[in-house]
Amino acid sequence: MKHYQKILIYGYGNPGRQDDGLGPLVAASIEKRADEFPGVEWDSNYQLNIEDAMNIRDYDAVIFADASLDCHEPFELYRLQPAKEITFTTHAMSAESVLALGQDIYGENPECYMLAIRGYEWEMGFEKLSDRAAANLDMALDFLVSLLTDDSPNAFADAVEASKAIKI
Amino acid sequence: MGRKITIEPVTRVEGHGKVTIQLDPQNNVTDSRLHIVEFRGFERFVQGRPYWEAPVLVQRLCGICPVSHHLAAAKALDVIVGVGPDGLTPTGEKMRRLMHYGQTFQSHALHFFHLVSPDLLFGIDSDPATRNVIGVAMEHPDLAVQGVMMRKFGQEIIRATAGKKIHGTGAIPGGINKNLSIEERDEFLKGADPLNIDKMIAWSQGAVDFFKDFHSKNSDMLDNFAAFPSNHLSLVRKDGSLDLYHGVLRAVDSEGKKILDDVDYQDYLQYIGEEVKDWSYMKFPYLKSLGKRDGWYTVGPLARLNTCDFIDTPLAQKEFEAYKAYTNGKPSNASMHMHWARLIETLHAAEKMKDLLNDPDLQGDDRVAKGTKTNEGVGLLEAPRGTLFHHYRINDNDQIEMANLIVSTTNNNEPMNRAVNFVAKQQINGKSEVTEGMLNAVEVAIRAYDPCLSCATHALGKMPLELSLVDADGNVIDQIRK
Repeated sequence: MKHYQKILIYGYGNPGRQDDGLGPLVAASIEKRADEFPGVEWDSNYQLNIEDAMNIRDYDAVIFADASLDCHEPFELYRLQPAKEITFTTHAMSAESVLALGQDIYGENPECYMLAIRGYEWEMGFEKLSDRAAANLDMALDFLVSLLTDDSPNAFADAVEASKAIKI
Repeated sequence: MGRKITIEPVTRVEGHGKVTIQLDPQNNVTDSRLHIVEFRGFERFVQGRPYWEAPVLVQRLCGICPVSHHLAAAKALDVIVGVGPDGLTPTGEKMRRLMHYGQTFQSHALHFFHLVSPDLLFGIDSDPATRNVIGVAMEHPDLAVQGVMMRKFGQEIIRATAGKKIHGTGAIPGGINKNLSIEERDEFLKGADPLNIDKMIAWSQGAVDFFKDFHSKNSDMLDNFAAFPSNHLSLVRKDGSLDLYHGVLRAVDSEGKKILDDVDYQDYLQYIGEEVKDWSYMKFPYLKSLGKRDGWYTVGPLARLNTCDFIDTPLAQKEFEAYKAYTNGKPSNASMHMHWARLIETLHAAEKMKDLLNDPDLQGDDRVAKGTKTNEGVGLLEAPRGTLFHHYRINDNDQIEMANLIVSTTNNNEPMNRAVNFVAKQQINGKSEVTEGMLNAVEVAIRAYDPCLSCATHALGKMPLELSLVDADGNVIDQIRK
């Protein structure tokens, strides 16, 4: 992991709604294996909001982890760019909007990526992932661990390309 | 031929709203309805679970105000474990209050800086591409930074009192499971500028001043937009002070006459009913003494300032007096005054946090009170959006056998519908086309109540706002989407 000295893994979603908990489970998995990843920190929340524009500033790179309704199966890794996507009467922000706010306030952001993991079931009250989402999570975590332990300077760019070719 | 206009934010899960506006052949509004798809399954889900799990489980209800549900459930369980609503230790109650005022502070700050200030700064009719918090950051970076920092401060208060951001465990039946260390306290009291409580108070005062200045230049709009007579309900402290954490239930009518005179909320079922309507998933609460037709009420910041007699912090009290002078001592029934009230409460929350942080009881070790267990309890508090009811009954195996929740947005169901109807008639009557401005006006009316529509599921996806014109045969003849 020569490219970045300090990385944040930021999983978000509601663990009480089945596959919406994929993001926090990524952060929790990294936390359990923290000793393997020097320079990597983790955080999780139900959703992103304006203060995250400040929270991510302490890092060289941030990997957001979130469940996705329609991403490529089993998961995708892609580079995030700032984008204004403010929606109606909602109290949450997209990762792209967090970056746009950070850009406006601070003039710059760390390099940010999205690890989007395909989910399927979203019912309230069920803490357990669907079987298909659990399988996707396992593959995404193997991929993420490989990335975080990769010393090559182009590891992240290569990982983005590699994720496009992964199929179930 | 009559026509129907539908405004629908589309999400893939429960927790979205849709506005339907019915037009007659002359394009006059005949009816309007706000549908909010509220998930009711949670009350069934907790049945059979051990009662002590409730304060953690209920946080899954809402990613916007998990702390409010956490504390309301804990308050109900205080009754069940025999401590009662007034029996917490000083450390237990004050830690919970700090958590609650931190939650209120960050929630109100988010609403003003993120959702409302763009409308005020750029105007309701301005381009939605810039009428958002990112537009604020470009044009008024000082305000945007304040919003971010105030949210951050409140979130850190929550982290210090609840333990963590997801699955906080700070409140437990009968008390709390941690106190506040000296180091944590000093970080909030003396933290590097701007993340300290004195700066938060100063910025909160600045936000009130900003609103008052805006109001002085735009009083016609703010006083009359979506203004209609309403009853108002909230908790107040037993001496009549504003109190967001605990008190007695008070309701007043649109002129200030008391309808509920400081009653014990353990008996809320004697006073509050819930009506079901065939066109809405969300219930319509009402005051039983006035009946279903006239008993609807408003909750939230405006209702709280309309019901209380005073505020027990000096800066907020001064602003309360100015607000009351403007309304001639009467309740305000103007939906847009909700923003004024919310900012006065933000200032109050900041002052309360400072008072609490300076209280040595927060470092106490007597965290949990004990009592004789009962089988039923009710917990109420004033969540940022309004009065929140949690009611549980348990069986002999300590399992929850009944849960009833009335959330703030449900309490505001009827007034939000009336606000939409008011704006629809004002903006859409006689018009043959739907414009972005009409859509924005409806949005602004709903936003004043800060409804919680998202219910904590935010996997990658879109949540556009869609307005469709539908004729009497169900055909979409016009549509706006953003």
